[in-house]
Amino acid sequence: MDIQGIHSILLERFGESVVGSQTFKAIDPWIQVSAASIVEVCTFLRDDSRFLFNHLNDLCGVDYLEPDAKKAAKFGHEPHVEVVYHLSSLKQRHQLKLKVVVPRWKHNVEGQLPVVPSLSAVFGIANWHEREAYDLMGIHFEGHPNLRRILCPEDWIGHPMRKDYAFPLEYHGVRGR
Amino acid sequence: MSLQIEDPRIVEFDVQTDEMLVNMGPQHPSTHGVLRLLLRTDGEIVHECTPHIGYLHRCAEKIGENLSPPQYIPYTDRMDYLAAMNMNLGFALAVEKLIGMEVPEKAVHLRVLIAEIGRIASHLVGMGTYGLDLGTFSPFLYAFREREIILDLFEEVCGARLTYSYITIGGATHDLPDEIEMPDGLASLIGKHKGERLPFLDVIEIFLQWLELRIREYHTLLTRNMIFISRTAGLGILSPELAVSYGCTGPVLRGSGVDFDLRRDGEAIYTRMYKGYDFEVPVAPFKEAPREVVVGDNWCRFYVRMMEVVQAIRLVRQAIPKYKAATGSYREPFKMNTKLPKDEVYLETEAPRGQMGFYVVGNGEGNPLRLRAKSSCFCNVSVTDQICQGVPLADIPAIVGSLDIVMGEIDR
Repeated sequence: MDIQGIHSILLERFGESVVGSQTFKAIDPWIQVSAASIVEVCTFLRDDSRFLFNHLNDLCGVDYLEPDAKKAAKFGHEPHVEVVYHLSSLKQRHQLKLKVVVPRWKHNVEGQLPVVPSLSAVFGIANWHEREAYDLMGIHFEGHPNLRRILCPEDWIGHPMRKDYAFPLEYHGVRGR
Repeated sequence: MSLQIEDPRIVEFDVQTDEMLVNMGPQHPSTHGVLRLLLRTDGEIVHECTPHIGYLHRCAEKIGENLSPPQYIPYTDRMDYLAAMNMNLGFALAVEKLIGMEVPEKAVHLRVLIAEIGRIASHLVGMGTYGLDLGTFSPFLYAFREREIILDLFEEVCGARLTYSYITIGGATHDLPDEIEMPDGLASLIGKHKGERLPFLDVIEIFLQWLELRIREYHTLLTRNMIFISRTAGLGILSPELAVSYGCTGPVLRGSGVDFDLRRDGEAIYTRMYKGYDFEVPVAPFKEAPREVVVGDNWCRFYVRMMEVVQAIRLVRQAIPKYKAATGSYREPFKMNTKLPKDEVYLETEAPRGQMGFYVVGNGEGNPLRLRAKSSCFCNVSVTDQICQGVPLADIPAIVGSLDIVMGEIDR
C-alpha cells in the first residue's frame, strides 16, 4: 500500500491530533505521529491485516541543531529532536517511515531529556534500539524495561550524538583530544 | 560409625545450590571478538544470558557527520570487516539514492560480481569459525585457505586485502584488472606453476571451479558430521515470530523459515542490480536435513549460509559474461563539492550477515546532517537472551556462534 492510502486510513482512525499532515514530496515520504500515541499507532499498524508492519527495521534519533551561530540562519530547521521509525512488512512487502518530533529538552530545561513512549512491548528489537537512542541521542523512552547505556560505558556523561555535545577532556585518567 | 539417615529424600531436598553469575568475555575465544555475555547459571544450566556490547565502539555515526560521503567509505569498511565490499556497496547505494545518481551498466555488473565474491569470503569465515566454536579445528584452516585466495584476488583488484574502499559512490574506484599473475596460493592448489599471467575473469572462473568441489568436502566435514549434528540440531531454536519481532535478518531470519531476501524483495534501486540474474533464496526447512533438525535451530542457520555460497557462485558466474558485454564506464564521477539535497533516505541492502541499513539526512551541505548505520548483527545478537534460556553452559558458544556476529558492525 502506498503512503497516501496509509495516511488516510490512519487519519480516519486516529484523527488529526495524532497524525500530522504531510506533503509526501520527499524521496522516502514519512508520516508524523504525536509522541503520546506512537505505541497505539504502531500496534495498529502491526496488527491490522491491511498493513501487517511486523518488522521494525530501524529506530534512531536525529538532532536538528546548528551549534555554529553564523550558520544557524541558513540552517532552515527549528531546533528539535526527531525519533525516526522505519517499519516494513515481510508479508505485504511495503515500507513506512514514521516520525515523532519532540523538543530538544523537556520543558526547555537543559539537561532534562525529552520523553517518548517506549515501543519495546510492540517490537522486541525496539528494546535495544531505544537503549542506543537513549545512550547516544539522549531521549528518555518511558516504559522501557531496562533503559541503560548500551554502547558507551555506564558512567559516561552526556549524549554524544547531540550536536552541542562537548567532547570530554579526560576520562578515568585517559586524556581526550 | 555408620551414618543413619531416616529419610533419604529430605537430604536430597536439603541440597542448596546457589545461582552463579559467570562472565563470558569480553576476551573469550568463542565470542567472536569483544562480546561479553553475563550468564546467570544454576549449575550447568543457564537461566539468563545478557549480552553486553560497546567494547569496540568507535563513534562511526558521529564521524560521518563531519565527513563528505566519499570520505566516509573507508569507515564503512571497518564496520563489518569480513564483508567490507558489501558495506561499501550499502553506503554507496544509499548516497546514490539521495542524490539521484544513475550508475552505468558496467559498474552494476562489476558490483554484483565483487559483492558476491565478498559474500563467499564472509560465509567461509562464518563456517570456519563456527567449527572452531564447536571444537573442530580443520574446517577453519580449509575456510581460511579458500578465503586467502579471495583476498589475493581482491588485492589485485584494489590493492587492499581487508579494508577495500573499492565500491564507491557512482561505481568503483578502478575498473577490474585485465590480466593478472595467478595468485601463488591458487596456483599451488590447482597444480599450475607460479607466475603465469591470465585474464582476471578467467582466474575467477578457475577459482570458482575449484571452490565448488571443496563445498562437498565441507558438507562431509561439518554438515553431515554426527558430532556436529548433535551439537547443533534442535538447539537454539528461534521461532519465526520471535525472529521477526527481534528484527533478525539475513541467514538468521531465513534459517527460521521466513522467505525474505532483499536482493529479491528489496527496494528498486537495489533489486535493479540483480535484475536478469537467476538465483534462489535458500530457506529452512530443507529436504536434505537430518532427522534431528528443527526449523530455526543452529543447523538451519549454518546450512542457509552454506547454500548461499552455492548461490553466490552461481551469481558470479552469471555476472562475468554480463560484465564483459556491458558498455559504459565503471564509474559515474562524483564531484567532491557535491551538496547533499535537503532530503533523507533510508536504504537497506542484503549484506552476508543480514540487512545493513544506512540512513542519510542531507541538509544542503557537503556533509550529511545525520548518518545512521543500522547494523544487522546488532539485531541478531539482541535475541541471544531469548534463545539461550535453559540450555547447558557448553551450548552457549554453539548458539552465539550460529548467529555469526562481527563485533565491528555491532558496536560501530
